[in-house]
Amino acid sequence: MTTLQTVFEKARSENRAALVGYLPAGFPTKDGAVAAATAMVEAGCDVIEIGLPYSDPLMDGPTIQDAVHRSLTNGTRIADVMRTVEGVARTGAATLVMTYWNPVDRYGAERFARDLASAGGAGTITPDLTPEESDPWLTASREAGIDTVFLVAPSSPDERIERVVSCCTGFVYAASLMGVTGARETVGSAAEGLVKKTRAHTSLPVCVGLGVGNGSQAAEVAAYADGVIVGSAFIRRLLDAPDEKSGLASVRELTYELARGVRR
Amino acid sequence: MTQSAQGGQPASEAEGTLITPADLAGTRGGEPDVHGKFGVFGGRYVPEALIPALDEVAAEYDKARTDLGFIREFDHLLRTYAGRPTTITEVARFAEQAGGARILLKREDLTHTGAHKINNVLGQALLTKRLGKTRVIAETGAGQHGVATATAAALMGLECVIYMGAVDCERQALNVARMKLLGATVVPVTNGSQTLKDAINEAFRDWVTNVDHTHYLFGTVAGPHPFPEIVRDFASIIGVEARRQVLELTGRLPDAVAAAVGGGSNAIGIFHAFIGDENVQLHGYEAGGRGAESGEHALTLTKGSVGVLHGSRTYVLQDEEGQTIESHSISAGLDYPGVGPEHAWLKDSGRAVYHGITDAEAMEAFALLARTEGIIPALESSHALAGALKLGRELGPEATILVNLSGRGDKDMGTAMKYFNL
Repeated sequence: MTTLQTVFEKARSENRAALVGYLPAGFPTKDGAVAAATAMVEAGCDVIEIGLPYSDPLMDGPTIQDAVHRSLTNGTRIADVMRTVEGVARTGAATLVMTYWNPVDRYGAERFARDLASAGGAGTITPDLTPEESDPWLTASREAGIDTVFLVAPSSPDERIERVVSCCTGFVYAASLMGVTGARETVGSAAEGLVKKTRAHTSLPVCVGLGVGNGSQAAEVAAYADGVIVGSAFIRRLLDAPDEKSGLASVRELTYELARGVRR
Repeated sequence: MTQSAQGGQPASEAEGTLITPADLAGTRGGEPDVHGKFGVFGGRYVPEALIPALDEVAAEYDKARTDLGFIREFDHLLRTYAGRPTTITEVARFAEQAGGARILLKREDLTHTGAHKINNVLGQALLTKRLGKTRVIAETGAGQHGVATATAAALMGLECVIYMGAVDCERQALNVARMKLLGATVVPVTNGSQTLKDAINEAFRDWVTNVDHTHYLFGTVAGPHPFPEIVRDFASIIGVEARRQVLELTGRLPDAVAAAVGGGSNAIGIFHAFIGDENVQLHGYEAGGRGAESGEHALTLTKGSVGVLHGSRTYVLQDEEGQTIESHSISAGLDYPGVGPEHAWLKDSGRAVYHGITDAEAMEAFALLARTEGIIPALESSHALAGALKLGRELGPEATILVNLSGRGDKDMGTAMKYFNL
């Protein structure tokens, strides 16, 4: 298993930011997700986040909602998520699961952490798990040897940032703007300041996500962050492609562009 | 002069307000801890981006609840705008079907906008102004909370956006028109089950985007802390008044209090004043839809399991992998797969008991109240009425049952026309 620590050490030694790509499991199909993630890794993604499809994704914008809805309609289950992680981890990328809390809660925190570790997963990102409610998950993750990534936001005051980063291992996810997931014309202007504020509380890498969708935005973010996170833009490529083959080609093309961006 | 010699003049009216700082002080029992936990239920499961806004609302409410100026302003609106206090009505002809038990209705249907939702909305609209915010958003199922929010926004000059499931927009078309007339923007939500739960998802997405100038005027006792507590407190005027009125009328407390439960605001609103009265039974009635075995229901407390939905740990209708199961009810206001965390806590502690009422039972009670008493209740409240009929037969003719008639049925005439072929 490739760990997040290895990824960020390598990126740092190459004097660049890491590229993190998101795709939900089961989208466009169960096998198609592994194929797309593999293409992303081959074209330059260092870390892959596999989204666990959830019926009530209240932090996601229309693009990810659409993909997640299709995935659930395809009958994606947690076992499929674990199989997807296994397939993606085999490519050598550090593989995370991004999930709302209720599916983990219901599955059982310890069981989820153990199964994810066995599948070769490196950790999780939990966007609606607050530090106040995180104890069971931190314990389970520590025991299974996987990382726990939490989010800070432009609205976070210093005492919240301090609290959140104390729950993080691997890296800290800085939301670039106040809003839901989805590509935007410009990256939030608050992002750079948030990264700076976050660094005052942690030596962990800080990655920026929300609203990043092209090479020049990736380059802009890479200038001040340790990693650039892209989700909806990949999904948009798959949604807009007439068939799976051209979808994969399009995802590959976007990854090359982003990978050049983080190296600029 | 003693209180009884004054006809039970309550301490609150002696002070000049319907609701007192004591009512909002959180001393009645069953208060959440600092993290908003009712036992294991409640709390906050939301994006970190919203935590500062929730902290801000909680802090401002803590100041407001003990501020006499705020309480007087709230009281003034309740009296001169919402039409409080609402009366209680004894329904003897209806009660003949309940084994002769005495049934008293708390008439929230007589408030301005026609449902109990106005109480919470006026309180939170005042809070919005204190927070210095200029825009309110809200979710709505039956449209009653949306109408109430649009009403308060019009009154106080706030911009207002209401999220409503597309399915609900259709079955509550009259309320959509009312909201528009009141100057609100109504956004039909077309994802998921296109009902209340999806409207809440969409409202949260708006809130996280516009939180700097927007207050999410949450409509029920669910959601992340501090909403369950704030909505409960503003709705608790229902029980505060009713408890006093029943005492005045009958000389004693009721044997049981009955209310419908969707998210649970009208039920908590009437239950709360009775929490400490151990001999008063508290009964909540959820939407049984087409029956518990049909899979088409909203029996969150009676058939659901513990999970997290819309920012709170509570009972949820979910599958074995934590995916929310779509609920069903003929009444849009009860069509919700979650429930307020305080109800989850009241259920587990045994202080309140929850039951299911099917669509058919609710419709029967709806028609019965209309024919025997000349009152057309909301379909939501009809579940409590159907429950009271059963409860009366169980408790016997000596019993007195207080029912929260949470809203009026005008909005439901489309459904009734179809159902009864009117």
